[in-house]
Amino acid sequence: MSVLGLERLEVRHGQLQAVRGISLAVAEGETLALVGANGAGKTTLLRAIAGAHRPAAGRILLDGADVTALPAYRRVAQGIALVPEGRRLFAGMTVEENLLVARANGRPGPWTIERVLATFPMLRARFKAKAGSLSGGEQQATAIGRALVTNPRVLLLDEVSLGLAPIAVERVYECLRALIGAGATIVLVEQDLGRALRVATRVACMLEGRVVLEGAAAAMTREQVSAAYFGLARGEEPQPA
Amino acid sequence: MIWLNQVIQGVLLGGYYALIACGLSFMFGVMRVINLAHGDLGILAAFLVWAIVEHSGMSPFLALAIVLPLMGALGWLMQRAMLERSLRAGVLVPLLTTFGLAIVIQNLLFEQFGADTRSLAPAIGDLAFDSWSLGSQIYIGKLAGLIFAVAVVLLGGLQLFLARTGLGRAIRAVAEDPDTAELVGVDSRTVYAAAAAIAVMTVAVGGTFLGMRATFAPYAGPAQLIFAFEAVVIGGIGSMWGTLAGGVALGIAQNLGAQIAPNGFLIAGHAVFLAVLGARVAAGERGLRALFGRAA
Amino acid sequence: MSARAALAIRRWTPLSVAAVGTLAALAAALAFGPLFLDANALDRLTTLFIYVLLATMWNALAGYGGLVSVGQQAFFGIGAYAAIRLSSFGVGVYPALLLGGACAAALAYALSGFALRLRGGEFAIGMWVLAELLHLLVNLDRLIQGETGTSLIALNAFSPEHRRDYNYWLALASMGALVALVFALLRGRLGASVQAIRDNEEAAASLGVRVLATKRILFVVAGAGCGLAGTLYLATSISFQPATYFGVQWTAYMIFMALVGGLGTFEGPILGAIVFFLMESFFGATGIWYLVGLGATAVAFALYLPRGLWGTLEERFGLKLLPVGYRVAGAEGDGPARGRT
Repeated sequence: MSVLGLERLEVRHGQLQAVRGISLAVAEGETLALVGANGAGKTTLLRAIAGAHRPAAGRILLDGADVTALPAYRRVAQGIALVPEGRRLFAGMTVEENLLVARANGRPGPWTIERVLATFPMLRARFKAKAGSLSGGEQQATAIGRALVTNPRVLLLDEVSLGLAPIAVERVYECLRALIGAGATIVLVEQDLGRALRVATRVACMLEGRVVLEGAAAAMTREQVSAAYFGLARGEEPQPA
Repeated sequence: MIWLNQVIQGVLLGGYYALIACGLSFMFGVMRVINLAHGDLGILAAFLVWAIVEHSGMSPFLALAIVLPLMGALGWLMQRAMLERSLRAGVLVPLLTTFGLAIVIQNLLFEQFGADTRSLAPAIGDLAFDSWSLGSQIYIGKLAGLIFAVAVVLLGGLQLFLARTGLGRAIRAVAEDPDTAELVGVDSRTVYAAAAAIAVMTVAVGGTFLGMRATFAPYAGPAQLIFAFEAVVIGGIGSMWGTLAGGVALGIAQNLGAQIAPNGFLIAGHAVFLAVLGARVAAGERGLRALFGRAA
Repeated sequence: MSARAALAIRRWTPLSVAAVGTLAALAAALAFGPLFLDANALDRLTTLFIYVLLATMWNALAGYGGLVSVGQQAFFGIGAYAAIRLSSFGVGVYPALLLGGACAAALAYALSGFALRLRGGEFAIGMWVLAELLHLLVNLDRLIQGETGTSLIALNAFSPEHRRDYNYWLALASMGALVALVFALLRGRLGASVQAIRDNEEAAASLGVRVLATKRILFVVAGAGCGLAGTLYLATSISFQPATYFGVQWTAYMIFMALVGGLGTFEGPILGAIVFFLMESFFGATGIWYLVGLGATAVAFALYLPRGLWGTLEERFGLKLLPVGYRVAGAEGDGPARGRT
């Protein structure tokens, strides 16, 4: 059974339909990369899974249980955690407090604050510093740590490399690869196609609210994905997974 | 010596203002709502304490212990039944609904208790007028000293609560960014309701002390709201100790004003408030919108 | 060309032309009121005119300017106080009443630089404190004798019958003039600025809308209107007790009328004033429960019918009698178009 299942999910922003009937399944230990141009609906899809947007139709399943009607905070307790675009730390609170807030509401599990510090050693020195005073890389590490301490069944990552210095991006991705190696189930949105193909086990390319190409990352070429990305692959048969 | 005495009395009065102001500041910090019924809730608490004391003869302090959970429940209810919906409707609607609530509370109190002014002073015996004397002309009322001490303990306790407890951290997280707080598992509706309950409980303490140190009547709420608001603005919103400082500054200004002219008490307080507000506007500061998390 | 024609902006619908015409005719007919109405009716109508004036002013502030003031009683009280002061200086009593309104407008202008830089609740309570302070300062005037107050004795120069007629005309004229002024302002360039500000203040400012200047006009007009209402109330009651005139209940009434009628609709506050007037006539005698009811009704409207009675009718039937907004003729049937991009 897949950890996360989407069935014909639709999300509207007012008149605009941002997600148009997406069905996906993410298996245990899998890393699914959502790629696509700006406005394709990736962030909306991720936020709908986390509960920040209420879907207009369709279902969201976590370990087979329907969570579509649950508010965001209850999905955290069920095992969905989102690292939002722009990190969105509580800037006036310390790194420790950011982690503690999340820890209080998550599931029991192996992830503790100590383990977050072991995973992101650079946070140790900044543990008592206000999150607003951190560098971009430190902020991203805190944001990922904040999601991890809730011990999610599935971790959602929205553009974790956005606005970071290249070296900081490398360090964040190093940690992600370690997480993936340890068997985490992840859905991530990534602008950089090459990076998405390298880190993910599966790739889904979105265009205008739909998944137009989906398949195993290893079986996909950059050219195929970028064709789908710009809508050139529309009408072709989706690649078999 | 007279002037020094006025300053000292002003400082002590500031303790009372801090008591009624901290809930107002707290609620604004968390929900961005200025509760225009804040003063009336304090007066309501004073009447409830008074009614219990009248019927049972128990100490007002004990009666307050009974009233506090009731007021907390009322704050919770107010948030869930009224403010939650108001907040969704925009920034102006909470002002309208809390103002309407203020009118309802005032007139229900009038309906129930009549126009007479009441006081809890007779029920606290010697505490109402006992004082410590410092030199020949300076006296510190024991009640005024107690109120100041309670204010310090309450503000300190609130600050500790926000910094050290899980609910405190959740409140700060929601105050900063309710959407993201939801995404890390915080139920913001419950947190808001808890914050409203705490705010209303603090003003219940303030209202009860008003009843002990002076008199109160059904329509006394708006004046307390104005004092509370002035203390908050003078001290800079969001900072607990700033609220105490603002209350003290207001108390000193009023007492010095009263020393200058009989009507000077209120005029001096309002003038200092407007001057501080004016200076802040002139300095381009964003006044009330200062970040809550900064000082907490 | 054809595309532009299809989206022509129209404000006058046949219905609204008829409505404005009817209203003008009604006002003209009311001007002859003293010829055919009895004393009681004249007194009641004078009160109603004052309420319409107050409701329209508060709506201009909050509904169009986004300024929720809990201190409009400042202008109500200052208008009346200025009339008394001017009369004591020997100014004729009716000119003094009119000048009282002008004094309130001048005060509003003087305060605007400070008050309009305050935001939301800060503005609401800041105005309230200003009203309290002005109340205290007026009490300092020997002529007023503190809370005891005084009377506009000069009014005794007129017989009660004449006074009733003059007050009625003055109230009708003040109401008519200020309601028409707000109408004209909102239909002019100010109206476009107001809508832009209401949709998004920052965006409006970046588009070159002079936010402060726009709000200042509304603030000064509202000051003038509330001041005139104060002098009119003084003319009908003769006695001036500061606590009555500077009481926050005036603002409570204004909020009630604007909310119930429909905040941000032009017609709403007029309807709200009539509702308030009728409620007062029927339930005013119940005293405290009437006031409890007013507060509770205001809360209920703010929560569940935020567009008020008129706004709800307007939404349901696409009705617009006194059009201050813009109506895209090509999009007829979609209801009034808002200045959205």
